Amino acid sequence: MSMPQKSASDRLQLQTDVLVLGGGPSAAWAAVAAAESGAQVVLADKGYLGTSGATAPSNTGTWCVPPGDNRHAVVERRWQRTGELADQRWMLRCVDTAYRNLLRLSEWGYPFPSEDDGRLYIANLRGPDYMRFMRRRVLLAGVTVLDHHPALELLSDGDAVVGAAGIGRQAGQDWRVDANAVVLATGGCAFRERILGGTGLTGDGYLMAAEAGASLSGMEFTGKYTLAPFGSSLNKGLPFRWASFHREDGSPILGPAGEPLRNGIGDREDEVARALIGGPVYARLDQAEPALQGWLRQGQPNCFVPYDRAGVDPFTELFRITLRAEGTVRGTGGIDIVSDDCATGVSGLYVAGDAASREIMTGAVSGGGAVNSSWALASGWWAGKGASAHARRRGGKAFRGTAEPLGQAGLRPAAAARADIAAAEVIEAVRNEVTPLDKNFFRNGESLEKSRGRLESVWRDVRDHLRGEGVDRVRAREAASIAAAGRWSVAAALHRTESRGMHRRTDLQGKNPALAHRLVITGVDDFRIAGAPERLAELAS
Amino acid sequence: MIEIVSAARCVECDICVKVCPTNVFDATKDGAPVIARQDDCQTCFLCEIYCPTDALYVAEFAEGPTGITEAQVEARQLFGGYARALGWKRGKAGGSEFDPTHRIRVAQ
Repeated sequence: MSMPQKSASDRLQLQTDVLVLGGGPSAAWAAVAAAESGAQVVLADKGYLGTSGATAPSNTGTWCVPPGDNRHAVVERRWQRTGELADQRWMLRCVDTAYRNLLRLSEWGYPFPSEDDGRLYIANLRGPDYMRFMRRRVLLAGVTVLDHHPALELLSDGDAVVGAAGIGRQAGQDWRVDANAVVLATGGCAFRERILGGTGLTGDGYLMAAEAGASLSGMEFTGKYTLAPFGSSLNKGLPFRWASFHREDGSPILGPAGEPLRNGIGDREDEVARALIGGPVYARLDQAEPALQGWLRQGQPNCFVPYDRAGVDPFTELFRITLRAEGTVRGTGGIDIVSDDCATGVSGLYVAGDAASREIMTGAVSGGGAVNSSWALASGWWAGKGASAHARRRGGKAFRGTAEPLGQAGLRPAAAARADIAAAEVIEAVRNEVTPLDKNFFRNGESLEKSRGRLESVWRDVRDHLRGEGVDRVRAREAASIAAAGRWSVAAALHRTESRGMHRRTDLQGKNPALAHRLVITGVDDFRIAGAPERLAELAS
Repeated sequence: MIEIVSAARCVECDICVKVCPTNVFDATKDGAPVIARQDDCQTCFLCEIYCPTDALYVAEFAEGPTGITEAQVEARQLFGGYARALGWKRGKAGGSEFDPTHRIRVAQ
């Protein structure tokens, strides 16, 4: 068990082998994996383990590829769609570990549905049930769970990350956990878009990791948007597979060959995005047969909450729709991984789930729910094991050094704090650059350059003057993280002078073979972008 | 977003205060929890399904309050609707084993 330490201040202080930050599936799997390998584990989440993150409110497929000869072919086919940026070795080890963890879920008693022949169907997870189930497994594994304990910053002894500190926002006291290893499972950055599970996803882990010296990759791939009923949080594209789309005057929206659009997901999102830039768009799920309507309603109950509450029958009536920006949640960017155990290159710091870059899995295209869900199952497992092994290696050196807090922007501004720099306005200013369809779905150099300038100005204010007090430190750090993520994203988008996957440059269409590599960002205030080849040379030197 | 905590239905267990991932509710000394930070609501509907007495109502519009009243929600029998659709009862999980999503994937 973790040992509470006596402390002079009114502060919760714990010591442990492994500290997991986050409360979604990858955090849960990391905590279970670390605990099963004998580590003492503390999990601290901003919200509540079981409802936090993008998975809990959703119904998500997994990328479920059973073992066998076909596995290589399935991975090869998926790799073909990734814009040459994914790594088949990682894809193979991900489907392998994810499959074994899906079987573990079944052995533990998770109620998977059955197919007609009686076989369990393990390729889908219902978010509320899955995450409630995972909370119980985490507690059964002996993990100390701190709900509503957002982390503000990492701690370092100069050589390694040795813990984190934050606020118990309901308990009303600060906390500090000294740990031999830390797993960042803090999710992606949804830029405060009002999507399911998006409010807590503010890129906090990116900023914390970058402050510790870790790099990021794939930050230019934030061009994923998903259809939703207008004004709702339901960014679930699946029902729009069977939709027709219309303008305000009732005229149908046409596909690339001039035919009325009958499937609004995948590549066809481009047509819908173009129409939405032009004016309001309406849809009707009139391509769904009656049997399918029933399966959709029963299988995806959350998708129908907005219609039922608004009193609309989506199968027969037109309803207004929108495209919701999804930042790095369904984008691919995040903290760069440097080894098979999900290490970050900073001693003692590991990463899992959407906090990690998923470029190695899904390259320039979205991992959607499925690949990202399997990635959480697998990367959580590896990061938990990796952190646990690091904690064992560190053993005797534990807790002897002096731990220094690493947090800068939003906590320790470079100049005098100013009350007129408010978190909400910072976030709004960033959103104006990274969520509009005409700036971020379709990109061009001129517009990106303007966004870059505005975001640099926002960042200077944040870096120099933003500071929260008390529990508002959480909001200040969220705003700082969002500002950093937006700035990195736009800088990387300018650097990638081509179109690839969800990075669509209207001024530079088509792929440039010379850019068939990842862009790696290192640094916070003064950052640099290096291509993969340069970075390899740097590592070798 | 979250709009209603029905004092008539609430048993003051404060589960919603605990499970809300974005810390929208505050417990009170002697009464139902209050919606303290409505703008932080991410319209995920999870507080509703965890509520053992179906006392909460989250409206479908995520950008701001709609002003729907408890009487309207009661009249349209919307309290607990999402929990029933999932198969959750009294705040306990259920229904995953009947999820027909695999049929949708085949049709897709």
